[in-house]
Amino acid sequence: MKRSLTNIVQLGIKELFSLRYDPVMLFLIVYMFSFSIFEEAENAVTGVVNAAVAIVDEDRSQLSRRIGDALLPPRFQAPEAISVDQVDSSMEAARYAFVIDIPPNFQADLLAGRPTVIQLNVDATAMGMAGTGAGYIQQIIAQEVSAFQKHERETQAINIVIRARFNPNMEAKGFQGVMALTNNVTLMAILLTGAALIREREHGTIEHLLVMPLRPVEIMLAKVWANGLVVILVATLSLYVIVQGALAVPIVGSIALYLLVAVIYLFSVTSLGIYLATLARSMPQFGLLAMIVFVIMLLLSGGHTPLESMPAALQGIMQFVPSTHFVRMAQAILFRDAGVDVIWPDLLATAVIGAAFFVAALLRFRKTVTLTQI
Amino acid sequence: MKTIARVTGLSHRYKKSVALDGVDLEIPAGGIVGLIGPDGVGKSSLLSLISGVRKIQHGSVHVLGRDMRRALNRAVVGPRVAYMPQGLGRNLYMTLSVFENVDFFGRLFGHGREQRTWRIRELLKGTGLSSFVDRPAGKLSGGMKQKLGLCCALIHNPDLLILDEPTTGVDPLSRRQFWELIERIRARREDMSIIVATAYMDEAERFDWLVAMDDGKVLATGSPAEVKTGTGTGSLEAAFIALLPPEKRRQHEFLAIPSRSTQTAVAAIEADGLTRRFGDFVAVDHVSFRIERSEIFGFLGSNGCGKTTTMKMLTGLLPRSEGEARLFGQAVDAEDIELRKRVGYMSQAFSLYSELTVRQNLELHARIFQLPKAEVEPRVAEMIARFGLGDVIDELAESLPLGVRQRLSLAVALIHGPEMLILDEPTSGVDPVARDYFWQLLVQLSRDDGVTIFISTHFMNEAERCDRISLMHAGKVLAQGSPGELVRARGAKNLEDAFITYLEEAATDAVAPTELVASRDLRSQTDDPMQRRTRSALFDLRRGWAYARREGLEIARDPIRIAFALLGPIILLIAFGYGITFDLENISYAVLDRDQSSESRHYLENYAGSRYFEQRPPLQSYHDLEARLRAAKLTFAIEIPPGFGKGLKRGRHPEVAIWLDGTVPFRAETARGYILGLHHLYLEERQLHSSLGGAPRHLPVTVETRFRYNQDFKSVYAMVPGTIMMLLVWIPAMMTAAGVVREKEMGSITNFYATPVRGLEFLLGKQLPYVVLALINFISLVLLAVFLFQVPIKGSVVALFVGALLYIVATTGLGLLMSSFMKTQIAAIFGTAIITTVPAVNFSGFFSPVASLTPGAQVFSHIFPSSYFQQISLGTFTKSLGFDALMFNFFMLALLVLVYLALGLTLLKTQER
Repeated sequence: MKRSLTNIVQLGIKELFSLRYDPVMLFLIVYMFSFSIFEEAENAVTGVVNAAVAIVDEDRSQLSRRIGDALLPPRFQAPEAISVDQVDSSMEAARYAFVIDIPPNFQADLLAGRPTVIQLNVDATAMGMAGTGAGYIQQIIAQEVSAFQKHERETQAINIVIRARFNPNMEAKGFQGVMALTNNVTLMAILLTGAALIREREHGTIEHLLVMPLRPVEIMLAKVWANGLVVILVATLSLYVIVQGALAVPIVGSIALYLLVAVIYLFSVTSLGIYLATLARSMPQFGLLAMIVFVIMLLLSGGHTPLESMPAALQGIMQFVPSTHFVRMAQAILFRDAGVDVIWPDLLATAVIGAAFFVAALLRFRKTVTLTQI
Repeated sequence: MKTIARVTGLSHRYKKSVALDGVDLEIPAGGIVGLIGPDGVGKSSLLSLISGVRKIQHGSVHVLGRDMRRALNRAVVGPRVAYMPQGLGRNLYMTLSVFENVDFFGRLFGHGREQRTWRIRELLKGTGLSSFVDRPAGKLSGGMKQKLGLCCALIHNPDLLILDEPTTGVDPLSRRQFWELIERIRARREDMSIIVATAYMDEAERFDWLVAMDDGKVLATGSPAEVKTGTGTGSLEAAFIALLPPEKRRQHEFLAIPSRSTQTAVAAIEADGLTRRFGDFVAVDHVSFRIERSEIFGFLGSNGCGKTTTMKMLTGLLPRSEGEARLFGQAVDAEDIELRKRVGYMSQAFSLYSELTVRQNLELHARIFQLPKAEVEPRVAEMIARFGLGDVIDELAESLPLGVRQRLSLAVALIHGPEMLILDEPTSGVDPVARDYFWQLLVQLSRDDGVTIFISTHFMNEAERCDRISLMHAGKVLAQGSPGELVRARGAKNLEDAFITYLEEAATDAVAPTELVASRDLRSQTDDPMQRRTRSALFDLRRGWAYARREGLEIARDPIRIAFALLGPIILLIAFGYGITFDLENISYAVLDRDQSSESRHYLENYAGSRYFEQRPPLQSYHDLEARLRAAKLTFAIEIPPGFGKGLKRGRHPEVAIWLDGTVPFRAETARGYILGLHHLYLEERQLHSSLGGAPRHLPVTVETRFRYNQDFKSVYAMVPGTIMMLLVWIPAMMTAAGVVREKEMGSITNFYATPVRGLEFLLGKQLPYVVLALINFISLVLLAVFLFQVPIKGSVVALFVGALLYIVATTGLGLLMSSFMKTQIAAIFGTAIITTVPAVNFSGFFSPVASLTPGAQVFSHIFPSSYFQQISLGTFTKSLGFDALMFNFFMLALLVLVYLALGLTLLKTQER
């Protein structure tokens, strides 16, 4: 037992030395945990931000101008005035997501109490902003109209106050930053561990290890701890320096708990990385395989679009993917300050899935030596 | 004396090391010129510089009277020179058949079908490959690969043939046949000049003129006789050692092997009917032998004859298919840890941890072999002293010269004091002095320490030093015994001849080559150099097609790549199409109703009836509310204050509070929109209701919202066309980039450097198969969209198709462009993915419209093709558009195609550095 432990420690240290001399990987690690996260979070656009709007103002009245002036940044760009015959072509060219058509005599009709209709054209292919944006514009029009008819101000029989918990301004930056961090943890863990195994195979050093008094489980555990350690260290640094520092995202939850969860998750994904490496015959094959697996994990784990809007069957399948649980735990811990009492089922699932990958990889480990490299 | 090549003041260096150091040479024409010297002395660099494959750094090279520094001259000289790089079948394509390989080269040189056919027939007949025309090159033996390589080099009937170590690692029979073949070719074309690099001194004896090299410098030149007399030695091997600088020579002592005194009956290794199969292929076929303790036992055979596989079975690395193996009387068991401590293993190519220092390598192995802590340091020190590693103790293994690495590798294998050493080709690539030193160490180990040594080699003179050897060929043991016995048994001159007689006896596939006399002379017809020159037009369709055809064949035979390319997009579209959706439904909520009046219930009914929301059990308290929001059991909670009903009736404007989980901003925003919508709807209805008694009051302004292009407002109609856009940049660019870099990694890129193929032909030829693959992707994705996701194409199908074609040509072109930066396939795959994903996902209008992006981000939209095809894809699928409305996008895609191609062409290197 003690012997095994020394072996695992020794081999892991060797693993760290190897990484030190791999400039490409080091660059990728630094890039993925700094610039990449920062960029993704800073440029995150969710919902209605900077939407392009045009107004066909056939009324040219005080009220119609007021409506135009009420569309304000950051949600809306300053509306552009276009003519009726430009509506179709400009929307086809996706120049505007929204085109408001204010009919002639709009203000006069309103003052005379004649019902009038404002047409709101929405480019419904701009899925990210079409629905909510249309809602905002309707509200803005309603507000401006009632403000114009001062006496109508008190139509609100019931006031509604909406408070967003955990992220009061519903800012996308923090969410994107943390999700980018989470995704990059996944990518780097798979890539580092898998590539480390394939490299040893290509250099023939894995054969050396296998003729020494070592067991495959020790070789694998060494890779898990060493590469996991690297990822957890840079992730921690990134969380403090990039997410909290450069991006100034307020983290309410316990970072310690997040890191603890990340450690268990890393066991899971590094095992997945080793497993994938045992399936591939060469580095390029591993690259293609890891790519597909990673993209699916990236987009379907709930970090991009909420899991609950996926078909039930897909939701079920994604429960077998460790990143689904990690994304959920990361959100719960960092934004909602959830404790172990809340996250333990996900934590357990992560550990069990990780163990399954580990065992699967172990069963294939010896065979990988016989795989010829192309 | 006529000169074929003149080299003056030629120096060449790679990052750290000097490969050539001021070389001056006049290479005579019309004979065989041999470059001799161990690995790493600059032979290969010199040859690649002469052939024009590598870019000249300092000095000058004139071939056929022309200065090779100028591209124009290289274009003229190129078609008259043939270059066969080092390494078995390095210029061949392993998945292509023998015929296809030669055919490819024929096409590169612009030969017509008829000319190609007879020429290939002649060449294959002449090399004895006629009966294997359909066999993939990768499944040929080493000797046959080299003959095929020669065929490919000779297809255009060159005036200068450059061969870099053509016989290294080849069995002696094939080697002999190879030289016979060269002799016959020379007999037909006496004016052909040949320059050969070799590590075999016996081959060099037969050459007309020799260049002895060491450390990037020329030691001597002249005929073999001149070289020998110049040094006063009897053999070239001795002459070479005599030529070495004194400090190197000093290490060299004549190797004497004392006879083995202890004759024990105990077997160290026993193999009985050992067999290993890989699929249909039998790598090792019923091999049996018995090695005694302290014996030096050798396995002699060519590359790929089963030596390594046998050794791996003995170490337990490979399971046996059949037969038995015993070490020290115990059956080999992969799980037996104790047995491993008694064996030291040195695998081919000295697999050390190149990123660790010498000391770290030794210590790591010592620790893993569980030497007691106190013993580690003395043992490491002992090994360092014994193997002369003191000077390099803290250097990285990577930076060591090959000979030193070899010693370190042996030291590592011996660190735990094993009773037996298994050494797999421990001396390949090492110079003769280092090799002799290594053997001295082995002899000491065997004779003084009683270590059993099992060694494999393809060098005859090493085999002669073993106590007993086993001759191996094609997985079988041909003969066994002491070298002397074997020579005597065949009545042969030496071990090599004895081996050849055994090989001839066993030969099954070595079809005797027929005479090279053909109905038409080899040098005939369209081979006038002048005519060839005129053919090097800017773009030759035939050469471009040769590359396209070959790339296509290679992809078609690579199941992993083809599966990824064809199934990858389908799997991803299905995953994304179902998985990514902006349609939020079933948003969970619960109610904290602290009023419980009919008014509050009436208000809440409004939410319960919505298809967007899903009600959960009511909340009991604030605490409950907080806990369930925190556990993500709810997306939002509605709190109705006490006195809500009364307040409403009295017109006091009571306040409803909504608590929303803001973690996922998109979900929160959408939910907020839905809530506000419902709330206002309720208020409007209430107003209408309350005024029923009085005059009917309509709301003065109605906003009529028209969701255009997507009336049902389902995200699948936007997602699917967008995902097609994304997948058609991602996968084709990645595949194309990896495809070109693959040639760099495998070394076959040399064919591009060495043949008259132009950059444009190479790029377009490589691109075409990937364009075809991507078109197949496109068609399968459109079919999925229409039939599985029920997203109809409302606009012009032709416009969509033409747009996709332009887009694919642009994205594969982008891949080609990427490949000029990338060095390894793995970098090409990840680099291209990273670079293409962001513009495709974030800056193309996929998630948010380009019009909403910051000006900086819009730059990315404009220089990558994704935003243009996004318009075409969305336009034709959902907006019922045709060519007219999308013209700008077609134009921009076409422009990008040209820009990428021009950039790719500029960045493409036409020579190695």
